[in-house]
Amino acid sequence: MRVAVITFPGSNSDHDSYSAVKYCLQEEVDYIWHQDTDLSGYDCVILPGGFSYGDYLRSGAIARFSPIVSAVQKFVADGGFALGICNGFQVLTESAILPGALIRNRSIKFLGQWAYLRVENNTTPFTTRYQRHQVIRVPIAHGEGNFYVADGQLAEIEDNNRVVFRYCDKEGVVNDATNPNGSRNSIAGIVNAGGNVLGMMPHPERAADAILGSDDGLLLFESLRDSINKRAGEKTSGTVSAA
Amino acid sequence: MPSSDTITSEVKPIAGDPEVNEALYSELGILPDEFEQIKGFLGRTPTFTELGVYSVMWSEHCSYKNSIALLKTLPREGDALLAKAGEENAGAVDIGGGLAVVFKIESHNHPSALEPYQGAATGVGGIHRDIFTMGARPLASLNSLRFGSLDNPRVRHLLDGVVRGIGDYGNCFGVPTVGGEVFFDECYTGNPLVNAMSVGVVKVDGMISATMEGIGNPIMIVGSKTGRDGIHGATFASVELSKESESQRSSVQVGDPFTEKLLLEASLEIIKEKLAVGMQDMGAAGITCSCAEMSAKGEVGVEIDIDKVPTREPGMSPYEILLSESQERMLLCVKAGNEERVREIFSKWELDSTIIGEVTDTGRFVVTSKGQVVSDIPSTTLALGGETPVYIRETKRPAYLDEAHALDIGELSQDLDWNETLLTMLASPNLADKGWVFHQYDSSVRSNTVVGPGSDAAVIRLKKTRKALAMATDCNARYCYLDPFEGTRIAVAESARNLVCSGAKPLAVTNCLNFGNPYKPEVYYTFKAAIEGMSDACSALGTPVTGGNVSFYNEDPQRKVFPTPVIGMVGLIDDVACVTTSWFKNEGDIIYVLGVSKNELGGTEFLKVIHNRTEGIPPRLNMEEELRLQKTLLSAIEKRLVRSAHDVSDGGLAVALTECCIGDRDNPLGAEVTLEKLDGLRVDGLLFGESQSRVIVSVAPEDHGDFYRLLTDANQEFSRVGVVGGQRMTITGIVDVALTDLSAKFYQSLPALAERMV
Repeated sequence: MRVAVITFPGSNSDHDSYSAVKYCLQEEVDYIWHQDTDLSGYDCVILPGGFSYGDYLRSGAIARFSPIVSAVQKFVADGGFALGICNGFQVLTESAILPGALIRNRSIKFLGQWAYLRVENNTTPFTTRYQRHQVIRVPIAHGEGNFYVADGQLAEIEDNNRVVFRYCDKEGVVNDATNPNGSRNSIAGIVNAGGNVLGMMPHPERAADAILGSDDGLLLFESLRDSINKRAGEKTSGTVSAA
Repeated sequence: MPSSDTITSEVKPIAGDPEVNEALYSELGILPDEFEQIKGFLGRTPTFTELGVYSVMWSEHCSYKNSIALLKTLPREGDALLAKAGEENAGAVDIGGGLAVVFKIESHNHPSALEPYQGAATGVGGIHRDIFTMGARPLASLNSLRFGSLDNPRVRHLLDGVVRGIGDYGNCFGVPTVGGEVFFDECYTGNPLVNAMSVGVVKVDGMISATMEGIGNPIMIVGSKTGRDGIHGATFASVELSKESESQRSSVQVGDPFTEKLLLEASLEIIKEKLAVGMQDMGAAGITCSCAEMSAKGEVGVEIDIDKVPTREPGMSPYEILLSESQERMLLCVKAGNEERVREIFSKWELDSTIIGEVTDTGRFVVTSKGQVVSDIPSTTLALGGETPVYIRETKRPAYLDEAHALDIGELSQDLDWNETLLTMLASPNLADKGWVFHQYDSSVRSNTVVGPGSDAAVIRLKKTRKALAMATDCNARYCYLDPFEGTRIAVAESARNLVCSGAKPLAVTNCLNFGNPYKPEVYYTFKAAIEGMSDACSALGTPVTGGNVSFYNEDPQRKVFPTPVIGMVGLIDDVACVTTSWFKNEGDIIYVLGVSKNELGGTEFLKVIHNRTEGIPPRLNMEEELRLQKTLLSAIEKRLVRSAHDVSDGGLAVALTECCIGDRDNPLGAEVTLEKLDGLRVDGLLFGESQSRVIVSVAPEDHGDFYRLLTDANQEFSRVGVVGGQRMTITGIVDVALTDLSAKFYQSLPALAERMV
């Protein structure tokens, strides 16, 4: 398994994704600079947290025009796995790889705290190691994490089981009081129609080591590894049978 | 050392410069004696440009002229110190394994009083630059904040702006803000205190000095372009705030955390490739300060062409460029031959880098413009530690002390409902949970935060090692107001105690000394007493002072601002598994109180909240007891006998016990406690007295025997007070409250006070 962590000049959680893959998952990982375009040889791309190009305009609004994001668009169109965390999720919505937008938190304040998430869909390539409706604990750290999407698209996402995580409390209760940022339907993370791209505001990579208070996020990376290995196995057997 | 008393060049004033006379130098804050001294150094009358340079470099902010003599009396020696106080931009301490921790605290009070958002933001930016200019990557930051009463709408505006400023800067820059303190008292109404601390780590062999070496080596300015912001910021910080201060808003700089992030990464690449011989950030007094200090440190001279500095707008005069405090800039002394590689790295990070001059052998800081020398000054007459003025001011014991000490505790009514009193105390913004503040900060970025805001100290692990660093800031300014010597001793002891409670061995101290106008003898008395108190405690605890910052002129026309010597302390944890937090962990664990509770109500939060008095003699610190406590507790934690440890401080035992119960908000655990009342101990003294050297500890039943033996062997005073369990906090015969009620007060008060709309 080989992972590319994209580094925009203002990425600051790129180290977090890098070390989660390298030290917690113990897999291969490289930083890829935003002006590069070559993603060949990678099984998964992570768009990390941070402030891509300062984001004074709107989170991710400039990043979508960067050389690397064009490459990511092609990578995921070819079925490659991509995980956008926090600013990475914002970049994915800005570049229309995922639907919706991340607007200012309802409180108009930055929110840096632990959050509880309920796993809504454990059949995606990123969540197979979770139980359905399992409650996990991971940090959030964002000013613009309020997921907005128009009614029609919301219905489409919900109906197709593309909501992967919802904010909840410790007991798994999802309601307005347990929604930290005002996201529609308490949505914390979604996948694209193909299921190979996950965008989420919370930070599983900062919860991949028990010493930091939670390793619930590690299961996400382990699920991803399973999916990559499974795909590799299918490809191999496919090649064999074709031969 | 090159001779500094020869005149080397003909300096010409620039056409249109104002005439240099008494009115002008007085306006720039230079005293008549100082002006004569400058003339002596130059052998002539300074030009307007030179006068500006002296004005900022001899300002209190840069020269420490009224504090340096006393600061030099602080304990500054230690075996592990790699950079001592005054040697570099920040202190550095060896932590083993080839690593050093680099840390410092600094104030941004005056800018924050005028423009809270930018003032606080640039305070954070400035202190991080002090850390990475030494080659260290900043790993964590803390803040010590003080405001007036939240009843005042202007104070709420300041709180909101300062917290957003700190958050937006640190969050974007990508360094977790892991803790600190927030304190409210009317005395800070017009003059809030905003002190920011940064902690970084560097490989010992990867450190770089703020120096210039090698005659002919190029001098480069890198980072942001220079604008007109912040001109005379250092001078502005060196006078009292007044009604006129509002008109000096342009002295407040504007921060750009994204550019700072680029500057960080680029600078660390330069240092890693060993392309530069010296580097210093540009903060107060901008280019002037960096050139003067670096050349003085290297015992060389420097000549720069001011016209080469990239500016944000055309038409800036040499005076303006020299004095600009535009943020996110660095000065580099590059090894000749490496210029191209340095340019490449900065251009990769889309930053300017420009050669503006070179190192000379003259010992002078020379500035040219349009082929003409416009300023020519011996560097050592500008740089701290050189020939800048040094004063020891007159002291006078403040008259208010006797009056305040006259409080007779016996007169205080004890006719109180203790449950209600506890709830009222918890609602005080000084005791209530500060989540409203801390949740605006990213405390988890970089995946190192083992303990974030809310416990006794924050803890950051060091990846690829077993080690972790604990850090805290502390100062009970009310104690310092009532007894500056004892109050400062306590600030040091409490910082150390907080680190020990987290499982760390205290290493060293940085300080931020916030005081009033040093020319007032009563103010200088408190400053001197605080320094003596700090010396005493730092010597006893073996924690040398590695540097910091002095902020004088914290005054409000209507009130006395408390003397506030903030202590920032860093400690080392050899095994991250020993990290301990303050809240109870398991039902059935046994609760101990280490230390002795006395009737110490003077200067307490209880006296202020319940009786509205800031009076009395604050608690006394017995250093022998303190040392015993810290040693014993650390040894118990390292033997893994302790499940939780929480320092008893503001609010006393009852508040500390509450925090142990509900500090882990999602997993509250009650306690049933019986407090033995020694003869003469009052109930308010027992519950809310703030006697020092006390810690609440919980211990698993199976470890109880070992723990008990360890305490008795160490001759540690202690009492076994009860057991963890249930969902109420009960102090037999005195207090009995449901945790939900305690939590409601503790967690909901500050948001309600801070967000009041009217």
